Amino acid sequence: MADSIRDPPAENTDFQELEDGEDLLSESAAARESQPASLPAVDISTKSNGPKQESLFDEDTEDLFAEATEEVSLDSPERDVLLSEGPSPAITPITPPISVISPRIGHAHDDMFTHSSFDEIEEEEGGDSFDIHISVSDPEKVGDGMNAYMAYKVTTKTSVALFKQRDFSVKRRFSDFLGLHSKLASKYLHIGYIVPPAPEKSIVGMTKVKVGKEDQSSNEFVEKRRSALERYLMRTVKHPILLKDPDVLQFLESSELPRAVNTQALSSAGILRMVNKAAEAVNKMTIKMNESDAWFEEKQQHFENLDAQLRKLHASVECLVCHRKELSVNTAQFAKSAAMLGNSEDHTALSRALSQLAEVEEKIDQLHQDQANADFYLFSELLGDYVRLITAVKGVFDQRMKTWQKWQDSQMLLQKKREAEAKLQFTNKPDKLQQTKDEIKELEGKVQQGERDFEQISKTIRKEVSRFEKDRVKDFKMSIVKYLESLVQTQQQLIKYWEAFLPEAKAIS
Amino acid sequence: DIPDALCERDKVKFTVHTKTTLSSFQKPDFSVPRQHEDFIWLHDTLVETEDYAGLIIPPAPPKPDFESPREKMHKLGEGEATMTKEEYTKMKQELEAEYLAVFKKTVQVHEVFLQRLSSHPVLSKDRNFQIFLEYDQDLSVRRKNAKEMFGGFFKNMVKSADEVLIAGVKEVDDFFEQEKTFLLDYFSKIKEATAKAEKMTRSHKNIADDYIRLSATLNSLSAEESTNYYFIKFCLKLFQNFLCVCLKKVEGRVASDEELKLTELLRYYMRDIQAAKDLLYRRARALADYENSNKALDKARLKGKDVSQAEEHQKRCLQKFDTLSESGKKELTNFKARRVVAFRKNLVEMAELEVKHAKNNMTLLQGCIELLSGN
Repeated sequence: MADSIRDPPAENTDFQELEDGEDLLSESAAARESQPASLPAVDISTKSNGPKQESLFDEDTEDLFAEATEEVSLDSPERDVLLSEGPSPAITPITPPISVISPRIGHAHDDMFTHSSFDEIEEEEGGDSFDIHISVSDPEKVGDGMNAYMAYKVTTKTSVALFKQRDFSVKRRFSDFLGLHSKLASKYLHIGYIVPPAPEKSIVGMTKVKVGKEDQSSNEFVEKRRSALERYLMRTVKHPILLKDPDVLQFLESSELPRAVNTQALSSAGILRMVNKAAEAVNKMTIKMNESDAWFEEKQQHFENLDAQLRKLHASVECLVCHRKELSVNTAQFAKSAAMLGNSEDHTALSRALSQLAEVEEKIDQLHQDQANADFYLFSELLGDYVRLITAVKGVFDQRMKTWQKWQDSQMLLQKKREAEAKLQFTNKPDKLQQTKDEIKELEGKVQQGERDFEQISKTIRKEVSRFEKDRVKDFKMSIVKYLESLVQTQQQLIKYWEAFLPEAKAIS
Repeated sequence: DIPDALCERDKVKFTVHTKTTLSSFQKPDFSVPRQHEDFIWLHDTLVETEDYAGLIIPPAPPKPDFESPREKMHKLGEGEATMTKEEYTKMKQELEAEYLAVFKKTVQVHEVFLQRLSSHPVLSKDRNFQIFLEYDQDLSVRRKNAKEMFGGFFKNMVKSADEVLIAGVKEVDDFFEQEKTFLLDYFSKIKEATAKAEKMTRSHKNIADDYIRLSATLNSLSAEESTNYYFIKFCLKLFQNFLCVCLKKVEGRVASDEELKLTELLRYYMRDIQAAKDLLYRRARALADYENSNKALDKARLKGKDVSQAEEHQKRCLQKFDTLSESGKKELTNFKARRVVAFRKNLVEMAELEVKHAKNNMTLLQGCIELLSGN
């Protein structure tokens, strides 16, 4: 079955220009002779899971629609969407335009459909179709006083077929981003996906902006937040699963978004979250997991170390940024005093040279400031992001532990019930016996389920971690190269300035 | 003759080496060990000599300041147990570099002092100076004991009060008037510029230190990542090596060069201007004396007694004043020329060094980028 699954993707290499959704469906159905055509959704789901999860199909295909509580397959998130109460809005009707292949999420079948086609595209074409670029820009202040907020324009340019248009933008505010994150977290975290963390809320910063202080620090704060939001969105859409999530798509596309109220700092939901976090921390300490898989142990250790290292690095880079800003301030002051010195100097050539020196230093000061900014945005923020991401990764590992715990618990319960049953065998209570037997059956099912959950989450985590690592390497490399280039530019400018000054200095006689 | 100077150990002994063709010396080539206090003694004696009142005495070199390297050494000793071996060696290296920089600076300052003395037509013939250069044994200069220190301090106070008084004396010569205003103004400006330049150099040093720390962290990070099979270790090692190890060296050198050329220049001239101001002060003092003596003479003439004495006094004062004015004028013009030349030299050198360092930096960084993106 694994082979046949792989065949269709190989055949359909021209999926990139998928014009007609129906064609795809029929084609895939045709290819899937082994599967009953009456379950096209099932076909596609297995195909979509493709080379990634072969072993799972055997168990899952039949169960896919049978068990409502099934959380195993990749498609369940979409189904969760339908089953969960609030997060995703009412099913938006999809009209497949001709240029876009996939009908939008509205239907379970269609979910998996988009899923599959997209997966295939991704696997076959590798890079080109996954072309999505999100930018967050134009922060504007909306409203007044304490109810004011900053609205950011989120512009998406993409050639990904999932979206209705190629180029569109919407206005969002910070709590919208937080809302998106909490929805994604609640959907994906417990099955083992690494959800990128959103930028943190900062009450002080926002209050300054709200109050309307038009000074440097609040501008910087807005700029910091804007770039953090941009990076957050880019990371989220880089994740192949999260990109297809209806919430994400809605966030990027629809012009009106229901206000995410429970992200407010002082709301009841906020307090609830804090209590939950505390409870979880306590739980973590009490769970003693029997780690059977050395890979996980090693990876966890690796992430712990990485976390510590990155934090240290982040601290040193912040120091560097601080000192460079100091340098630029000092250089500016020196430039001023050199200018005054030049003024009071009566030897004309020397005076001119000194004023030139002052000018050079002034330009250099600007240069240093720019460099400090580059330091910050390219390097320091990257590290900060990764520190937070690793916390998310650790959270995923914790989820796995929780799943394991659940499994163990139900196993223990089963054990107890079995003992109870054995005892009841000797007493003459047929109805109680029957009840116990039923419970045992139920628990057996639960234990199996727990075991499957655990397997599933372990698998998912493995995949996620390798994807994460790959992305991290790419990210780091790119940022490092950019940072080095900025340094090179600074040096080039320095050369220019000093070389311009040299003849002036030589002209003193 | 060019006194060379080497140095050693904690109590900073300079070796003053003289090569000369002047007949007044016994040997054409000789060296003597001297300490910092000896330099101070020489300077003070020159200042106190009446005959040299009309000359600008080069400012004394400042006390060698090994405070910061000493502090670092202390920290190093304390943290030895806690640091890894590499960190320790790195810190030691950096400590040594800093020590070397301070040392170089100190040597240069003392050397300049002696060189100026020897190039001055009058001062180089000073007997004390010759003793300083020649005397084989330890000069055993009596360090100023507490009383003398206090006396010196008191004298300074009197002097500054006097300066204020004399400021009211009308200046007869235009040249000196101009010079006075110019020097006063220039002095305050240069003092400020020196302070700012110091701050700037310190920031540069901070950044170099940061790079050092960064490289240490990156090192441990790359050690950690060695298990990662996506070559990130290689990238990080490259990054660390090029960026931090080399960049920090270059950056550190930029900082120290900048300091040597710019800050030191400004600092030195600040002191020099102080010396010039002292000259002006002495001259003004002489003028005041002269005027006082004139008044005394007039009073004596009125009273009709001690006239000849007062006349003598007045004549002497006038003489003194004239000699002072004459040599003062010469000195000040020389001073200006000297200053311009020194500024030019240092500024040119600084600019050239900055360009060189920036070019180095750039090639390093570009090489690094190529390696990284080609990987």
